[in-house]
Amino acid sequence: MPKWFTPAAILCGLMFVVSPVLIARAPDESAMGMVYKIYYYHMPSAWMFLLAPLVCGFSSAMFLARDRAKDDRRAFAAAELTVLFGALTLITGPLWARRAWGTWWVWDARLTSSLVGWMIGWAYLILRRYGGPGSDKLAAGVALFGAVNVPFIYISVNYWRTIHPPTTVVPRLPVSMGVPLWFCVFAFLLLFVLLMTMRLRLEAARTRLDALYVALDE
Amino acid sequence: MLLSMSKGLTVVRRALVVGAALLALAGGPALAAGNQPPEPQDEFRPVGNSPAPEQIPAAPLLIGAYIVVLGGLFFYVLSLSRRLGAVQQDVQRLEGELKRRGRG
Repeated sequence: MPKWFTPAAILCGLMFVVSPVLIARAPDESAMGMVYKIYYYHMPSAWMFLLAPLVCGFSSAMFLARDRAKDDRRAFAAAELTVLFGALTLITGPLWARRAWGTWWVWDARLTSSLVGWMIGWAYLILRRYGGPGSDKLAAGVALFGAVNVPFIYISVNYWRTIHPPTTVVPRLPVSMGVPLWFCVFAFLLLFVLLMTMRLRLEAARTRLDALYVALDE
Repeated sequence: MLLSMSKGLTVVRRALVVGAALLALAGGPALAAGNQPPEPQDEFRPVGNSPAPEQIPAAPLLIGAYIVVLGGLFFYVLSLSRRLGAVQQDVQRLEGELKRRGRG
């Protein structure tokens, strides 16, 4: 692991220990009450869920253009994080919605496109697992669709009728709510970088393992 | 024969009209209500002096959400560490074997 990994991991761990304290001290929201505090983990998870397919799509485009294994490994790592953060977002969202909207799920543009994005992440991983030879290129093509879906997810709340809060709520947050939110965003971002580093390390080790098996066979 | 067929068609038509009317009366408002979600909040405001009314208990949902996130992340890190450890162990084993063969 790189030298910065351990200090960054300790810092990230501390941020996740401190974050519940900041969240507990933040005020409840006037209309939703206490359940609003799910937002402090839901929104950063959702942002990482948008970041991961962008990294996956960009790396896949680079892989298709340059055919370099390094880009493919980065795309593969990001696809797994797409599924992870997508799951966290799609579970915490309904838990919040149940109290805030009175329903677990609505088939509006934001929720549906998020579900589609999550399923594209799964499609990528399933292709890589069971697709056989050439599945890396096929999966890279799928990843492009996943990346194209991201701006649609983001702007969907501003253009289509939905009960999901629009993107404008973030800049309008008062300091008492904004500070814990941005703290959590940085904690999740750091975690994302750490997980990407670990996952890339795993892919590099697998590549080395394959090369060793080939060397032993020869 | 033709007269009885025409009567039969009229009965079917009437039945369809009545059925459609009943469906509209029973399901229409429900469907319309289902298609019109409440207005979204365009701003989050801190609670004032009066606490918000709690219809559905929030605490289990809130605690559940935090357990899902922290638990999910913990298990993913655990799974990643195990996978990484296993692959690195295999790499070391094969590297050792390759060295031994090189010497042999």
